[in-house]
Amino acid sequence: MNAAIAQIGLGPYLTVSAALLVLGVFGIFLNRKNIIIIMMSMELILLSANLNLVAFSAALGDLSGQVLTLFVLTIAAAEAAIGLAILTVYFRNRGSIQVEDVATMKG
Amino acid sequence: MNWMLALPELVLAVSGLVVLSGGVLTKKGHAFLPTAALTIAAFVATIFLVGLSPDGVGYHGLFQVDAFARFIKVLALIGAIVAVALSVGHRDEGHELPFEMPVLVLFSTLGAMVMASSASLMTLFVGLELSSLSIYVLCAIERDRPQAAESGLKYFILGSLASGLLLYGISLVYGFAGTLSYAPIAAEINSVGALPLGLVIGVVFMLVGLAFKLSAVPFHMWTPDVYQGAPTPVTAYMAGAPKFAAFALILRVMSGPFGAMSPRWQILVEVIAAMSMLFGSFAAIPQHNIKRLMAYSSIGHMGYAMMGLAAASPAGTTGTLVYLSTYLVMNAGTFGVIEAMRRRGQEVDEISDLAGLGRTNPGMALILAICMFSMVGVPPLAGFFGKFMVFAAAWQAGLYPLIFLGAVSAVVGAYYYLRVVKVAWFDAPAAPFDRPAASVSFVSIAMGLATVLFLLGLGPISDAARAAAMALVG
Repeated sequence: MNAAIAQIGLGPYLTVSAALLVLGVFGIFLNRKNIIIIMMSMELILLSANLNLVAFSAALGDLSGQVLTLFVLTIAAAEAAIGLAILTVYFRNRGSIQVEDVATMKG
Repeated sequence: MNWMLALPELVLAVSGLVVLSGGVLTKKGHAFLPTAALTIAAFVATIFLVGLSPDGVGYHGLFQVDAFARFIKVLALIGAIVAVALSVGHRDEGHELPFEMPVLVLFSTLGAMVMASSASLMTLFVGLELSSLSIYVLCAIERDRPQAAESGLKYFILGSLASGLLLYGISLVYGFAGTLSYAPIAAEINSVGALPLGLVIGVVFMLVGLAFKLSAVPFHMWTPDVYQGAPTPVTAYMAGAPKFAAFALILRVMSGPFGAMSPRWQILVEVIAAMSMLFGSFAAIPQHNIKRLMAYSSIGHMGYAMMGLAAASPAGTTGTLVYLSTYLVMNAGTFGVIEAMRRRGQEVDEISDLAGLGRTNPGMALILAICMFSMVGVPPLAGFFGKFMVFAAAWQAGLYPLIFLGAVSAVVGAYYYLRVVKVAWFDAPAAPFDRPAASVSFVSIAMGLATVLFLLGLGPISDAARAAAMALVG
């Protein structure tokens, strides 16, 4: 086990990451304004999982968690790029990125 | 290193890059047809390679090939071929789709194949994201249509939320089981007496993330909007390959690493299956848009297919796999008809637009009727056998309430499927549709025939499904 993790314990790491997850989920569901904020919340969720993976990886002395973290960072970048591209397309069509405007289809 | 193990994926990935470069170098506006043809050729070649690929685990326990992976891969590839074939005749205000569409379908299918072959949570996540990210773009590929952009945006937001929750679940499972590979996770779960709470929470998070991708209730809210807004060939694709791959993951993970804790998750899967079946039937009744109707129908069908998973037995897995094969053919046939619904070059997608199709175009109306009867589960059409096998497996597992709810929703479902048939055959004719593109007619006729003649292939298909189910357990 890594020295720093042994001194502090896993608890604080898991608490911070759980807090980040909750913030991210609430940011998506309670936010009624801007889609950019939703995308920031999504990054928070991915980062909370990353923090978990890295903390566990250090505590277990197993590298595969950190390898997955690197993959996740790459995927998060690709996801943000695609999300912004779709948002741009949407803005060009509708002239707004307010959450309440995203409702032409219903039923 | 044994490259033969991942040969189909490698070939598909390289052909994707080649087709993409070819499309970029071709003169603008002439690239779609050659790219689509080459993509279909790559899919066909990959199906043969999948058939030839050897069994085994490789690449440091990240990737495995077995009968189950091969079964799902072939289903996903056939679904992708259908979608690309449907896209050939597709026009939006006279413009054909951009040539990137077949290439993105190719990469998404590649992700689905990696998911089917995953032997570690790392491969699972990377495959899932490759598949999903391509679909986000595909939904919004008709850039100038506001509905397409909206559907892409909605799918992107809810899909990445689901991936985030899945990843959080993966991180918890990793922490409490101590590894990312399936086999050691199973060994760990079998060896500990009391399951750590973190592991249980992780499994629940993973189940939620995967149920999202399957559009099972209560994680279905994106489905109707996305199905309606996306271009029809993309909707046809979304109802096929990604669903099969998500089912592959859920079956593999739940019966492999988490198989020992099946009493814990079985009740969750039962509830999700029951709610999906009921919601899919009842919410479809007031719909007047055929693509939205198909979205609710797919929610219901995922519920039936999950019934096999809820049985948590090889017979249940076999049932689910046969159900997915029948869903592939009848769904593709229906989307062939929907793609053919255009008047003077404009796409129409209301159920009332189908009025009197039996008089204006009897062939198309016949295919529609066959697919709808098959979705209801009328013997001897394809849908009956899938339903029969999952119901039988649930009966063996003693899930009587689930069977009852399934039967109720099948009866309710019959109402809205048959309403479409009634509109097409007995209402006063509306203006006739345009002549569909040859590839669209070909797909609908081939899939309609496959739905009718499914009985002939039932023996080999259920044998293959049984072998796949055994590979999963063994």
